[in-house]
Amino acid sequence: MNFWVSLISAGVVVTVLIAIGALGAVPALQVIFGVAVPMLAVLIFLAGIIWRVVQYARRPVPFAIPTTCGQQKTLPWIKHNPVESPNSTAGVVARMALEILTFRSLFRNTAMTIGEDGPKITYGSTQWLWLGAIVFHYAFLTVVIRHMRFFTEPVWGLVHLIETFDGFLEVGLPGMMLSGFALLAAGGYLLLRRLAIPQVRYISLPNDYFPLFLILSIAASGILMRYFIKVDIVAVKELAMNIANFKFAVPEGIGVLFWIHLFLVCVLLAYFPFSKLIHSGGVFFSPTRNMATNTREFRHINPWNYPVKIHTYEAYEDEFREKMVEAGLPVDKPLDEEATA
Amino acid sequence: MYDKGKVITGIVLFVIVFTFPFWINVGKANIAPEPKINPEVAGKVCVEDKAFMKANHMQLLDEWRDSVVRDGNRTYMGGTGRYEMSLTNSCMGCHNNKAQFCDSCHNYISLTPNCWNCHIESKENTNG
Repeated sequence: MNFWVSLISAGVVVTVLIAIGALGAVPALQVIFGVAVPMLAVLIFLAGIIWRVVQYARRPVPFAIPTTCGQQKTLPWIKHNPVESPNSTAGVVARMALEILTFRSLFRNTAMTIGEDGPKITYGSTQWLWLGAIVFHYAFLTVVIRHMRFFTEPVWGLVHLIETFDGFLEVGLPGMMLSGFALLAAGGYLLLRRLAIPQVRYISLPNDYFPLFLILSIAASGILMRYFIKVDIVAVKELAMNIANFKFAVPEGIGVLFWIHLFLVCVLLAYFPFSKLIHSGGVFFSPTRNMATNTREFRHINPWNYPVKIHTYEAYEDEFREKMVEAGLPVDKPLDEEATA
Repeated sequence: MYDKGKVITGIVLFVIVFTFPFWINVGKANIAPEPKINPEVAGKVCVEDKAFMKANHMQLLDEWRDSVVRDGNRTYMGGTGRYEMSLTNSCMGCHNNKAQFCDSCHNYISLTPNCWNCHIESKENTNG
């Protein structure tokens, strides 16, 4: 697919969603956009995630295919690497934790380059994608935790603590929170990377651009309403607490940016389980990561193995012994022995 | 389903964490803050209109601080008249109770402005 088609179609969809979200500012529609849509989005998100996870869990793993980059446990004088090539559950948990919390396998990313002085291929370590990804994910996590100030009353100490670190620069009023800008910058980098590298651009589809545009729009609308076009933040918390209490009253006059922001978040939640974003749940089910490298200790039984009908040599010889002897073929048990036995 | 125990534990943990806003607030009264001002000054107008103050008071106070501390200029020409730039004298003349005015919203949305790093609440106001 031509990348312009992908880019423009994803952009058009997000633009339409922003326009729909803006309808939330219409007083008559506020119960829909302020209560019904968020509740529906949360339900779709929860049900979708559970459905996806159950689907993953139902898939059998026919082979032991852990990927390793360390020495498997073997003879006692050969040093075993218990995290890179774990033979125990504890080792698998450690490797999984490193994968999920630090994106370890992405850190090992290499890039092939052809040297300028002659046709010489070199493989170099390259961590730009890892850097962009880790900033993106942790900035997003920080932003989500900071938003818990809208759902806790009194606001949790943890949220205060994170806000203190996030806003430690004490720049501007209202105080600048680094995570929002980090999210926008890292998301922007991931988008530019897709557009700038020809190979990545070639394999990018609308469903790669769409979540990026969506998240960038969410971050941008959040930054806009925090620092520039203010919304009634006390009313926003009132609405959030109302929803959490199942009291479906929408405070008036919040501001159109908030309605756009909320609607885009709802779309993200509802889209999440059915898109590439479900890698967050799928990573736990990667056989290359979640299996112990104990292939020499234990035989992995393919769960879909069924009993195979076999015909042993003994049974074969019993069936054809006379014919074999007639043809002069060697047999394990001679003919008369069978007759006497 | 394979690894049933682990998968179901994971799903249950995920649902508990994700839905915490719903169960953490069970049985709690959700009361929005109502900032209170000195009842004696009811009907008076602020230095700018209410909507502007609600959205931009922090920037205004920041400008006042810079103007007073750096330039020694204490006069503010607001949309509603001429005022002395002073948190303690001008603002807190009407909005006289920090706990019932400033803190009611700031605490609700988890804000700790640094006004009070230097300014102190006057004692007669804290009782009111």
